[in-house]
Formats: sequence, C-alpha cells, structure tokens
Amino acid sequence: MFYDILIVGGGLAGLRAAIAAHDAGAKVGLISKIHPVRSHSGAAQGGINAALGNNPDGRDDSPERHAYDTVKGSDYLADQDAAEILADAAPGTVIELEHWGCPFSRYEDGTIAQRPFGGAGFPRTCYGADRTGLYLLHTCYEQAVKRNIEVLYERFVTKVAVRNGRCAGVVVMNMHSGEFQTIGAKAVIFATGGSGRVYSVNTTNAHSSTGLGVVMPYWAGVPLKDMEFIQFHPTGLEGSSILMTEGCRGEGGYLINNIGERFMKNYVSEKIMELAPRDIVARAIKTEINEDRGFEGKYVHLDLRHLGADRINERLPGIREICMKFKNIDPIDEPIPIHPAMHYTMGGIDCDKDGVTPLEDFYAAGECSCVSVHGANRLGGNSLLETVVFGARVGEYAANKVKGRNEPADGEALDRALKDEAERYKMLRSSDGRENPYHIRNELSELMNEKFGIFRNEVDMQKGYDEIRRLRARFNRIRPIPETGKFNYDFLWVTEIAGNIDAAMAIAKGALNRTESRGAHYRRDHKERRDEEWLKHTLCNYTTEGPEISYKEVTITKFEPEERKY
Amino acid sequence: MPTFEVFRFNPEHDEDAYFQEYELPEIKGMTVLEGLYYILENIDPTLAFRSSCRQGVCGSCAMHINGQYRLACETQAAMMGSRIIIRPLAHMKIIRDLVVDMDPFFAQYETIRPYLIPAEEAGEREYKQSPKQRAKIDHHVDCILCAACYGSCPVVATDDKYLGPHALLKALRFVDDSRDGATGERLALVATDEGVFRCHTIFNCQQVCPKDLDPTGAIGKLKMKSIWAKFTGRLKKTG
Repeated sequence: MFYDILIVGGGLAGLRAAIAAHDAGAKVGLISKIHPVRSHSGAAQGGINAALGNNPDGRDDSPERHAYDTVKGSDYLADQDAAEILADAAPGTVIELEHWGCPFSRYEDGTIAQRPFGGAGFPRTCYGADRTGLYLLHTCYEQAVKRNIEVLYERFVTKVAVRNGRCAGVVVMNMHSGEFQTIGAKAVIFATGGSGRVYSVNTTNAHSSTGLGVVMPYWAGVPLKDMEFIQFHPTGLEGSSILMTEGCRGEGGYLINNIGERFMKNYVSEKIMELAPRDIVARAIKTEINEDRGFEGKYVHLDLRHLGADRINERLPGIREICMKFKNIDPIDEPIPIHPAMHYTMGGIDCDKDGVTPLEDFYAAGECSCVSVHGANRLGGNSLLETVVFGARVGEYAANKVKGRNEPADGEALDRALKDEAERYKMLRSSDGRENPYHIRNELSELMNEKFGIFRNEVDMQKGYDEIRRLRARFNRIRPIPETGKFNYDFLWVTEIAGNIDAAMAIAKGALNRTESRGAHYRRDHKERRDEEWLKHTLCNYTTEGPEISYKEVTITKFEPEERKY
Repeated sequence: MPTFEVFRFNPEHDEDAYFQEYELPEIKGMTVLEGLYYILENIDPTLAFRSSCRQGVCGSCAMHINGQYRLACETQAAMMGSRIIIRPLAHMKIIRDLVVDMDPFFAQYETIRPYLIPAEEAGEREYKQSPKQRAKIDHHVDCILCAACYGSCPVVATDDKYLGPHALLKALRFVDDSRDGATGERLALVATDEGVFRCHTIFNCQQVCPKDLDPTGAIGKLKMKSIWAKFTGRLKKTG
C-alpha cells in the first residue's frame, strides 16, 4: 500500500485532514486503530469557539478578541501567530461544518446558537445541545464517505518507519488479520489524539486515548513539546470521571461546597465566578476538597437544579443521561457530585502552524500535536476548533507539498521497520517475566495523578520520576503476551502501556525542570510565573538514558505578557 | 461475586463456539465493560472485545447481555444479577469472541448517501434553520451507530440485503433536515424491496436502542413519505 498522504487517526483532526488532502488532489488513506466514528472527538460535549456574534451578548465579539482570550488563557505560552490563525479561521470553519450538515442548536432567527464558556470575553461557543463533538465527528465522517476516501479501520500503528531523517510510512498491526503490514506514503500525518490514559484512574478520556501516537514519533526522533502541561477538567463525574461539560456552567450551573457556598467567589471576581478558565477552577475545587469543604473528602457539587427541567432537557440532555445511567441521579432534582479529572494534553508532537515537524514528511494535527495554540492552559471550546482548523490546514499543506513528487515507496525503510516490529512481537511472546502489565499501568496512573496532578512540588515530583523509572524497568519483565491470531488486544494494550510509560517520563521531566507556575502547571514550591526565565517551550527528546530537555522561544505578536487576572 | 459467562469463538482454531465462565470479585459500581476489562487484565488476556469511550457515546461495545442488546459500558453489573451472560452482536460474522465483522453494517449505511445534499448553494453565513425545524431531527442525529438495533432485528437475520434500521434512521435524519434538498432521491433509495418495505415493524430496534431513538418509527415515517411521493409522482429515479 502506498499513498500520497497517509493519515493516522480517524477523529476530527484526522478526518478533516483527510478531506483537505483529498480536496487538494492527493491520494489519501486514513487508518485508525478504531472505526472513525468511535473516536474520542465524539465525546466532546460543550461546543466549538468562533466569533460569529450570533449571541445577543456577543455582537461586539471578534477574532482578535478570541485570539486574545486564547493567549491570556494559555498564560502567554501559546504561540501568538498560531492563536491568531485559530481565531481568524474559526468563523469560516464553523460555517463550513454547518454547510456540511452539522446539526448545531439554533436561535429563533435560525442562526447557530452560542453559549458562554470559561475565560472567554463573549459567549462564542457554538454548540449542538451537549453533543457537539458527536455531531461534528459524524458530519466529518459523512463528508469522508461522500468523497469516497479510503478508510482502513482497526489498523493499529506500532512504528514510524524512518530513514535518513525522512518518514517513509508506518508499520501496522492489522487487527483483522493479526498480521503486521507496512503502509508507505509520501507524507504521513499523525492525528492520534491525546494521552489521557497516562492518568487512567482519573481521566475523562477514552480507553483509546493512550498517547502512543505521541510517543511513536518521539521514539523515532521527533521532539515532544510542553508535555508538562496537563489539563484537569474541573468537573468529572465522581468515581468514573466521565466529563460533565463546561456547558453546565455556561448554562448557569453553580459549584457548591459543603457549607452551601458558591465558593468560586473566593477565587475570582464575582463577575466571572464559575466561568474562570479550567486551570483556575480545577485548583479551586481541589483546594475546597483539600480544606474539608468537599463531600466525603473527595468531591463538590455541580448544581443545575435552578436551571429547571426544560433548560436541562433542551441544552444538557446528554449530561442528564450520563448522570442517570452512571450515577443513578437526576440533575433536575439533585446536584451532581464532581471532582477535577485529567482531561487534555496541551503538549504533544513539536510542530509548527502547518503541522511540520523536524522529521521530514511527517506532520501532526489535533491533540497529539503541539503547535502551540493552547500554551499552558487550553480554553474550553478551543480543542474541537483546533482539530478542524489545523486538520484542514495540515492536510492541505502536506498534499501541496508532495504534489508532483513521483518517488516510489521506500521499501527498505519499511521492511526494516517491519522486521523490528516482528522482533519486538517475538520478544513479547517469549518473555519469561511475571509482571502484569496492567498493574504497572494502574500504578503509573495513580502516581501521575498524585505527583503530577493539579498541585505539584519538587520533592513529590522527584519521587514520582524515580518511581516511573522503576515501573519502566518492571515493564521489561512482563509476562508473555498470548498468541490469539486476530484481534490480539493484549498485544495492543501492552504496546499502549509502553507508550504510557514514556509519555509519563516526558511529562515528569518537563514538570520537574520548570521551576515556575504557569497555567495548568502549578507548583507549590514555585507559585509565581517567571517570564524572564520561563517564557519558553519545553522540548523533550528521546534517548535511551531518558528524556533530554531543551527549550524553544515563544512567538509573541501583539499581546504583551501581563499578569493573568480574572 | 458475579459470574461472567462469555461467548468465545476463534474460527481459526475452534470447531465450535462455547461459553467460558469467569468468577469476578465484587467491585462496587462495576459496569459490564469494566468486568470484561477485569477479565482481560487479570484472568484471561486472550479475550477479545471492542470498547473505547466507556461513557455511551462511541458505540463500540454494543453486545448481548442477559437477554438484551446493550452497551456494556453503561450497564451496571449489579443490575444484571449474579450470572451475566454475554454474547456478541448477532447477524454479523464473528471474527473472534465478541468482535464481529461490521463491514456490511457500514456498507449499508453508505448506500443511503449519508451526508447533507444541500437545498441551496452555500453562502457566507450558515443556512438558516429555526429551532422548530432543528427539533425535527432532534433525536435522529443522536445515533451512535452501535448496531444494537441491527443485532436485534429479525429481518436483518434472514436477509443480508436489507438496509437495516441504522441506515434507514440515518436516511430520515436527512429527509427531515430542512437544509437538505434531496428528499426525492433519498426516498427512492429506501422505497425498495430491500429498504423500508422489507421492515416488518417488529419494534425490536426501538426497544433496544441505548439512546432511546426510534428506528421503527423512522421507517414507518419513510414508508408513508415514500408512498405519498409515489402517489404524487415525486419519487425520483436513481441512476
């Protein structure tokens, strides 16, 4: 198999990249370890930001204001040229998705409805009830079907094939046949999503969001950027950590502690309250819980009752459904028990605003990438936007870049990578170890939540880092994987866990080194943001000795860094 | 302590399918999906099942659990009693254990032209759609393509050409969308022997849908629209 453009990942970024590359004339193949409609983009709830000005309170909104909010939300770590691209492209992108059939909620005048979201100066989050991600994902998949784009699902990529600083394609485990195959391409775009499962005991993310898509290029020599910036969503459902959309607060929901207080007034201005950015709200909730103003020592209440049954049923039906099915409570009658849960990886594969990485012919888009538009803290409603804006941009850019190139597949590089994988498989099969890989993953995710969570400090992080190294050593002694032929899920998950561990190392190393607090990276031993030393991106390179850290400038255009106040 | 009785079959090695019993510990709040993961991670790494979001929105884990098609992720094990009998979705070829071949399911979905065919040319702004018009597609758009309906349908069981409840619900989703301009062609695609008229109105799909959608009703509505279009000569021929 040989394509002009091979896209890995079938979520919003991957689909949008595939559509753009196809429309630019490229022969496109899209592969994913799950069917595209199963992708975690579909679990996004609250909406997608665009300064459309449809909301009566948003008439004065503008892309410039959107870019400013994004940069301020990022605690000035976002590259401002990229944030401007994001905000400028937003209205056209959302309108295009609407033209493709996305069923957005509407105002009486027939325009797309918009709700307020955290850290935004105007209500600019366009939504389809609380199932915006589901609607967008299906809309983009429908457009891929319309274009007859070749989709191969349940192809699990395990290695990036590289020769002389150039990407030649990938090795996949075809789950349907149980065999390794190579897929060559003139250019490969990774759109593999986030690394939430590094925190698997407390994350809103799907089982599929493991971060292996970030780690495979890292293993192949591509640096990762800003991995220490991990977003905790303020409102994960107590226990399962399933996402309770920011739209709950956008629609007017309250956060209440055990003395019946809307405690956000103690953390931000009364004008902002529950709609502060996520890093700030998550820290506030965690503080309430730590200082015994939570319930059972582990959660606070998200109260929607005053919104009334009609509004909840119209705007937040999915939230109500999840609460009833997973918690046996009805938010019309009862408050929702919530705690912060790991939600989003701001960092990822180091790339620029066209998805270009230091590895030739290898691109990245969506949550696995780090452009960076989100800097140290992403605003709600900007991740769906990033997937489609940069998915389209990168797809088109890569397609144009390979246009007219006529080289055949690099069979040698692909074959060598295939051989490596066959070798690794054999080793996993014949291991004489006894460690249970899943127990290692569980221990890893416990320690990541504890030591690299909302509040961090040197001593704990150093202990955590050492512990990850020990887990990594234990992982070399896991019990053998079984031979099952088709759909060998144990092989899949074991490979994912190898990725979890090295993603964790990169997160930990970046966090340890950064002796300041910025956005989602908050250190009790270094509470201030220190621009003179730390207004820079972390880069992390893989070595057999462990992650190697270097730094890179942040692009500043028109927004001078200032104190971040809400 | 719940016992999971799980359907096992590896067509490459097994002469026949069988049920394997697994004893699980009592875990408070455990879903059936979490039970399956417990088995994979602690008891038997050969077990094959699909899953992803674990919150009822990705549609990966529809399976037959104690007599009903359900999403494993949103089914509380405690509600299923002490014996939990799990089979794969029916009417699709078994690849291994609980993993079935979904290709025909998606191929049928593709036949109904599952994308907006706009009535008007796109301008600079969005197509206007009033809340009332939007409400007409309110539930249709919530389909997650989990195939619970498909597995439960006795017509699908006997006729692999039948388009299936999922594809027909999707067809109505576009017919009912005020922005779509291809109703005539869409009705022609489904008003066939293997389309809406193959449905025997058995209501299984409506009964099992984990999203409380109504494919049976959608098919009924498409039948009425198709017949009316035929009476009035508006049923478009498709080439």
